[in-house]
Amino acid sequence: MARLEIDRVTKRYGDVYAVRDVTLDVADGEFVVLLGPSGCGKTTTLRVVAGFAEPTSGTVRLGERDITSLPPWKRNAGLVFQSYALFPHLTVAQNVAFGLEMRKVEPAEMSRRIADALRLVRLEHLGERLPRQLSGGQQQRVALARALVFRPDVLLLDEPLSNLDAKLRQEVRVEIRELQRKLELTTVMVTHDQEEALTMADRLVVMNDGAVRQVGTQQDLYERPTDRFVAGFVGRSTFIEGEIEAPGRFRSAGGLALACDGALPGPATLALRPERIAVAATPQTGMDNSLPGVVEFVSYLGATIDMHVRISGKERVIVQIPNRADSLVPSVGGQVHVAWAAANGIVFSGTDT
Amino acid sequence: MTTIRELTVIGRIAKSGRLGRIALNGAAMVTLAYILTPLVFVTWLAFFRQEIPSFPPEGYSLRWFQAIAGNDRFVSGFLLSLQLAVIATSIGLCLGLPAALCISRSRFKGREALSSLLLLPLVVPGIVLGIALYVFHVEVELATGLPILGSLGGLIAGHVLIVIPWTVRLVTASLAGLDRSIEEAAQSLGANRFTTFRRVTLPAIRPGVVAAALFGFVSSFGNLEMSLFIVGPGRTTLPIAIIQYLEWKIDPTIAAVSVLQILLIATAMLITDRFVRISRVV
Repeated sequence: MARLEIDRVTKRYGDVYAVRDVTLDVADGEFVVLLGPSGCGKTTTLRVVAGFAEPTSGTVRLGERDITSLPPWKRNAGLVFQSYALFPHLTVAQNVAFGLEMRKVEPAEMSRRIADALRLVRLEHLGERLPRQLSGGQQQRVALARALVFRPDVLLLDEPLSNLDAKLRQEVRVEIRELQRKLELTTVMVTHDQEEALTMADRLVVMNDGAVRQVGTQQDLYERPTDRFVAGFVGRSTFIEGEIEAPGRFRSAGGLALACDGALPGPATLALRPERIAVAATPQTGMDNSLPGVVEFVSYLGATIDMHVRISGKERVIVQIPNRADSLVPSVGGQVHVAWAAANGIVFSGTDT
Repeated sequence: MTTIRELTVIGRIAKSGRLGRIALNGAAMVTLAYILTPLVFVTWLAFFRQEIPSFPPEGYSLRWFQAIAGNDRFVSGFLLSLQLAVIATSIGLCLGLPAALCISRSRFKGREALSSLLLLPLVVPGIVLGIALYVFHVEVELATGLPILGSLGGLIAGHVLIVIPWTVRLVTASLAGLDRSIEEAAQSLGANRFTTFRRVTLPAIRPGVVAAALFGFVSSFGNLEMSLFIVGPGRTTLPIAIIQYLEWKIDPTIAAVSVLQILLIATAMLITDRFVRISRVV
């Protein structure tokens, strides 16, 4: 395994930027997830690393090598595709053997390593099957074994779990993550599923419109999003438009005066996480902000309850409360008081990002 | 009362579904009969004893099959047609495979036009193709002095022309159904472009290639109209031998030849179908 350095990579198709000035270091043994909506450039970035797209500018280094213009077959990168991309005419064992054959590994060594790889993904008993005789989850594991058996310098996962059903996906997430830790694989995964990204990554890279918006740990992205896009894409947020009147005072477009943390005077957006807002039947003293509101929408989600509370003519906040025996479960039209600490509101300066 | 009405509606739908199925099966049977009837009659006729076909037959015999073996023109015609079809199919595949790859993989100006052009020999009537080739051969021979008119080379080239549309069409179709990511997977595993093609692409499109070879072979083997214009003296393909025989005689020998031809092609199809499911490609 090796360290992967993506340095100022841009990929342009005509006038369209698929990837714009992306810089990213992945440490040896680190699991980095590229997260973003479709068309954000995450897959193109992965294809640049794999060698299927040549960057318009910038360099990619893997370990000690500059691999920017190396063809895919000389990169020593293990790739797992969304469609698994198993060779349909070869058995499971032959699929796994492919990378070893290309590296001219000796027969004895080869069969030992194939057996090891299949054992690693718990498919040692299915070596003679053809891919179409396997379930989706099993095919996925064959693809993983095939990508690992030749000891690649980096493992690249392109939406590897999208074709699995929800329950299986949760199991495989943990499985891949444990395997990655055990083998200390330098890994880059692409996904549009934030839950998947949050479960698996050491570090996340949020992308939009071909550019990196924020790089950080789960906590960094959730607690300290650097812009409005990240606050909306990772977790949920209610955005309230308005302006900072004075340090610590936010005036919403609907006329509410709210306490907030710092920031320079001028137009701004206040972002509130649904679970950081408390709900009570009476005004809450001791909170920086406590506002009366009317419940307009309630969804009962089992473990939690979501509600939309109107706090002014123009503003409505989403509140999520845990579903406990003593929880206040208001009904639509009910009067409540919502409250939050100033530190729980995230302020983004400027009108829109 | 709604339930009863709903039930009636459901019943009506079910009944119309059944009617539809009966109609479909009926239509399929009629089509099948339409295709098979001539084959059945030809096969029956081949075993008639009398020389002038008339119904009902006076008796049955195998004499017409023996007559084929004794007829030089049929034997040599069969051998020539076989040779021709094998060579033309091989060359047609060698040309059609790269062409199909190029058409389905690269984006260039005139791609559509090229694709249509390669299918053209299938559309142009055989007679027109034959005359055009004949005139072309004459002109080239006049211009270069090379013996092209009526040569075996000219005949093979003509047959390659009618094989190409099949190879291009069928290989293109199977390339279109191919998941490109398996090729990328092979490359990421260390296979260069050529190895990827040999180890992954070619095996994956094998059914299409085999079907292309089969259809190319059949269309070359049975070709009459075009061949009529470009065969040289003493070089008679089986279809031409049949038509020439028919000019003088109408005894069941022709039926017997047809039966053998049908058997040959049917066998080829059955054998290939054992290795690749042709029905999946065509």
